[in-house]
Amino acid sequence: MTAGTVTRAAPEAGLSRAGRLSQIRRVRRPSVLRGFVWLYLLWSLAPVALAILFSFNSGSSVTEWQGFSLRWYVGDPYYSVLHDPALHAAVIQTLRLAVLTTAAAVPIGVLFAIGVHRWRSRQASAWTFLMLLAFVMPELIFGVGIFLLFTNLLTIVRLGTTAQFLALVAWNISWPAIIVRARLQSIGDEYEEAARDLGASSVGAIRRVLLPMLFPAVFASVVLVFAGVIDDFVIVDLLSSNAQSQPMSVIIYTLGAHGGSAAAPALNALATVMFIMSIVTVAAGWAVYRLLTRGERHRAEGLSLSAFTGV
Amino acid sequence: MTRTAEAGRRQAGPGTRQPRWLWPTLAVPGAGWLTVLFLLPFYVVLAVAGGTVNPLFLNAVPIWNPLDWQSGYVRQVFSDLFGASAFLGPSVLRTLLYDALASTACLLIAYPVAYFVARQAGRRKGLYLVAVVAPFWVSYMMRMLAWQNLLQGNGLVNHALTVAHLITQPVNWLSGMPVTVILGLVYGYVPYVIVVLYAGLDRIDGSLLEAARDLGLGRTRTFLHVTLPLSRQVIYAGALITALPMAGDFYTNTMLSGVPTTNMIGNVISSSLSTPGQGGEGAVLVLFLLIVMLAPMIWYVRSTSRAESGDVL
Repeated sequence: MTAGTVTRAAPEAGLSRAGRLSQIRRVRRPSVLRGFVWLYLLWSLAPVALAILFSFNSGSSVTEWQGFSLRWYVGDPYYSVLHDPALHAAVIQTLRLAVLTTAAAVPIGVLFAIGVHRWRSRQASAWTFLMLLAFVMPELIFGVGIFLLFTNLLTIVRLGTTAQFLALVAWNISWPAIIVRARLQSIGDEYEEAARDLGASSVGAIRRVLLPMLFPAVFASVVLVFAGVIDDFVIVDLLSSNAQSQPMSVIIYTLGAHGGSAAAPALNALATVMFIMSIVTVAAGWAVYRLLTRGERHRAEGLSLSAFTGV
Repeated sequence: MTRTAEAGRRQAGPGTRQPRWLWPTLAVPGAGWLTVLFLLPFYVVLAVAGGTVNPLFLNAVPIWNPLDWQSGYVRQVFSDLFGASAFLGPSVLRTLLYDALASTACLLIAYPVAYFVARQAGRRKGLYLVAVVAPFWVSYMMRMLAWQNLLQGNGLVNHALTVAHLITQPVNWLSGMPVTVILGLVYGYVPYVIVVLYAGLDRIDGSLLEAARDLGLGRTRTFLHVTLPLSRQVIYAGALITALPMAGDFYTNTMLSGVPTTNMIGNVISSSLSTPGQGGEGAVLVLFLLIVMLAPMIWYVRSTSRAESGDVL
């Protein structure tokens, strides 16, 4: 961060010749790179843009434009997202799982992060390690494990929404835990100490001082978990029991994988609904996050990307 | 009130003045959830892998006592992998090949993009960043669906190639074409690599690069001798973040090919769960995958937590 300021301040400070030369070079240089980046952007965004475009097609093709319509969203009495019971149920199932999982995983993860951060023992680092392992575990391995758990040991939990919820929470605890842990490390202990020196109880210090300071991080994890559940596929696919418990990603997969169904643009429409849900979540989340961290904009620049991508 | 404060002052060090039980208690729900729903499943996988099969209903019969574990499934998978009728061998080789090619392509695409955004984008950095990271937020399934649209028999790709006179007949891209699967994998995973690489490249101290330049290194040599070595760690991390999940990917393959000739190990595992009598083999294969991946996963956890604590200090 300091480095950035130094380079930016340099032109005003009057540069040496070599410095000015490198300044000129820096302006000239990116052309090839920039072209590459633009090609990449085209390649990465155009297919999605076309998929969205063809969800508004009035015909049933996803390759030939026949005019604008909302047929595949609301108009068509059989195949539109609104009227096809499978697509309709999928939207509701995705929303239900996203809300439930976020409501459970975020508080659990936040408390977990605070707990292991202050606990300071070998056990605490073992738990942290377990949490991080859950974070990097390939989803298929976790998914198969939890599928076998629910079908062989905890058979009391039937496959379906309950199983999906339990598994998604386990899978998503790591997000809030990692983000809040990073935030706790940067906050340090001083504020809480001060609160207690001024007479707050330990719980009071957490509630009155620590939690408000953690709020941006908590909020970022709400956004991440919510958007992550919308996008999730492997776990919900393995644990869905019938059409009612198949969220949007699973419907797109099952209908999409077996070749063009009659309602191909309806599938595009469903994907677009999903797209809008994630983008709205992230964009609103980003805006609120920036508002919350207004006082520390300088830090927030770097922090918000990492907070919103989890890296 | 004063009593608490006094007590606080008397004791030494942070973290000692609260009741001992407080912090562990906060961690209990998370720890419990992870134990039952993350750790316990691995034991179930072991029990199923070491178990037998119900000859009538063909469902897996797990054996819970480790001392009684059978080796039937393990031997069966072993012969499927390396034996005379090794029908799993090609899937494993294909997984390795596709994974290696796609991860390499991801790095080759992601590095210049991340480098540009982190180092060269100038005032529009924020804008580029948003554009580059945008696919990260588009659902994976949607992105695969988008390519399915484009690669159809009468899709835009065939259309464009016909117009350009590169092909005369429409190519059947969506059935058994390794190149399509690899493209799908690259397309699906490259945003993750960009984010990881960007975070690492953005962290490199710009004054080091200035110094290299001032000391007379050219652009290429500055890159080769300063930037590249400094980003080595993050390149490994970027490679891992694609290579690990790709090895367990089955949906990209199903969406963009869907025939056994491009099957990867993930397809074998996921179909074993729905095929009666194959649950045990699926469990063994999952263990196999886990064993292969455990070391890189632990390396990744270690290196990221080290980087984190380095940042704080």
